[in-house]
Amino acid sequence: MSINRRGFFKVLGVTGAALAIGREVKAAPAGNGEIDFRGILYDSARCKGCHGCEYDCADANGLPVPEPVKDDLIVRSTGETRRTVVNGYNTSKGKVFIKIQCMHCNEPACASACLTQAMHKTKAGPVIWRGEKCMGCRYCMVSCPFDMPKFEYHSANPKIQKCDMCYNRLKTGEAPACATNCPNEALFYGTRRQLIAEARKRIVENPKLYADYLYGEHEAGGTCWMYLSPVNFRELGLKNIQKASYPALTKGFLYSVPSIFVLLPAFLLGIHQATKKENQTIEEDES
Amino acid sequence: MNQTKSKIFTPFNIISVPVILVGLVLIVIRFWKGIGAVTNLTQEIPWGLWIGFDVVTGVAFAGGAYVVTFMVYILKMKQYQSIVRVTVLNGFLAYVFYAGALLLDLGRPWNVINPIIGNNFGVNSVLFLVAWHFLLYMIAQLIEFSPAIAEWLGARKIHKVLSGMTVAAVIFGITLSTLHQSGLGALYLMAKEKIHPLWYNEFIPVMFFVSSIFAGLSMVIFEGSITHRVFASQISSKDHHAQNPIVMGLSKICAGTMFAYFFLQVLVFIHEKHWGLLNTPMGYWYLLEMIGFVLLPMALFFYSYRRNNILLIRTAAILTMLGIILNRLNVTVIGFRWDATAHYIPSWMEVVVTLTVIFTEIWIFRWVINRMPVLRSSPEWAKH
Repeated sequence: MSINRRGFFKVLGVTGAALAIGREVKAAPAGNGEIDFRGILYDSARCKGCHGCEYDCADANGLPVPEPVKDDLIVRSTGETRRTVVNGYNTSKGKVFIKIQCMHCNEPACASACLTQAMHKTKAGPVIWRGEKCMGCRYCMVSCPFDMPKFEYHSANPKIQKCDMCYNRLKTGEAPACATNCPNEALFYGTRRQLIAEARKRIVENPKLYADYLYGEHEAGGTCWMYLSPVNFRELGLKNIQKASYPALTKGFLYSVPSIFVLLPAFLLGIHQATKKENQTIEEDES
Repeated sequence: MNQTKSKIFTPFNIISVPVILVGLVLIVIRFWKGIGAVTNLTQEIPWGLWIGFDVVTGVAFAGGAYVVTFMVYILKMKQYQSIVRVTVLNGFLAYVFYAGALLLDLGRPWNVINPIIGNNFGVNSVLFLVAWHFLLYMIAQLIEFSPAIAEWLGARKIHKVLSGMTVAAVIFGITLSTLHQSGLGALYLMAKEKIHPLWYNEFIPVMFFVSSIFAGLSMVIFEGSITHRVFASQISSKDHHAQNPIVMGLSKICAGTMFAYFFLQVLVFIHEKHWGLLNTPMGYWYLLEMIGFVLLPMALFFYSYRRNNILLIRTAAILTMLGIILNRLNVTVIGFRWDATAHYIPSWMEVVVTLTVIFTEIWIFRWVINRMPVLRSSPEWAKH
């Protein structure tokens, strides 16, 4: 079968377009492993459950003042009016607290899910939400393994609420509000490398106090928030999730797109040419 | 043409008009008070009926257009020529209305243009790919259908130009369909721990693509059995007689692809070693889907094709469609956070809005059929 000029150009055009798309796709996942993001180490062994960080967070982010917590053991979750909560759990080592908020993954599922890059992993480390780009599709919520982005369902101009590690404070050199004011120094702010070193030090210096595990070091490909705890993290309601990054789950599919865009039209065009000769009568036939 | 307008109080009109009116009120409330005012969506389950049924299931049913255009324009299976236009019209309207339904579900719909104009291009996102493909595929389908519009308007010169673009649009359309049918499944790849393991696997995109073939063709069979009754006056006796062989042929393709699909499902099931999950409520639900709505209709398609039984084929088509609804909802709604304490059940308002979308689409479909040569044959001048 000989290919005519027109067909040739068509295939050429499709190939070119596909290559252009393909390059973009491959170029995008930057080597996040090399950047030393900022993050926070939370130490459950130090936290006394004063809930002060919840008030600091609300104050720093213009959220309503949190209601007083009557019973620590009732598990609350973050929501559209609170970006962080501290819950208490009855564990094998007594009552232990845990603060939950966005984990600020190194390779965030939400940011890779976002079709407008409204969810954005900053170079500094925080994952931020940019309202002027967001469509409100909530795919970030579907994708986040920690269920952290929250949506204002009862607003005509809804926003996504989640911890942004006080990105605006970070830009002026300040630490996140919660980490600044913790009376028990349960929150340690620094670069990820510093956090990991500090966590290791604490475990080594006090092996009886801590469970030998740093939650967030590898979870979801590594997160900027990390947890030290006296008990197994499962006793504190933290999810046992995969160690690999979540965006990697869609990579295979996304990488197949350029090849399908090249091969399939060429293949279809080929069949079209091959079947044409015998059936000249089809009326919509182009030539 | 006029006899079709004679009756106003048909059962369809009597049901659809009040539903559409209520639906329009609900849509106003939704934009006024927010999505939470009409839906039961939660922070844990952010996508419900509007995405899981309207978009994900609806697009699977619209898959008939790319399969039939592939058969007719690429493989030159001329015997299916008479169903091309109605299938493409159906597909096109389905996409327009499901993309429209998507707008209702967007919290900030005024930003819907952002991924198109580059604010920003989220090229790492599966949804970015799906959004672009929806847009491009709608254009491709419009081009495929446009000769019918030109014939209606009597625009001869434009008709010639548009007809010349058909094959290019078809090739482009098939490629786009392959990618976004599977892409709708790929959307859920990152929800790894959230979807019940019987429905989550890395092959969701392949499953969605393969099942869209028989989902679309079952829709074509189902839609054909209705249009041939409702619009009988428009269909030439030649096309009317051609319909049964077409349905027979489609049932054969359905049976074949369903076999491939079932085989894939079994492979994945064995590979993932899910035997222990079978003896649970979700396991029974899974078996019902696989046996009752895949294996059974597949066998029916095979059997009724051999027996030349049109009625049984239609039954099989309806069972298949129910199976597709079940499958898509199992991935997107029922199996999604199946372990959550608060389950999501759509509100009556979500259901009414969904029905509004479907009924409005049927109204437009009827409007077009009554005017343009879709089921009718083209005017003489358009036939060369």
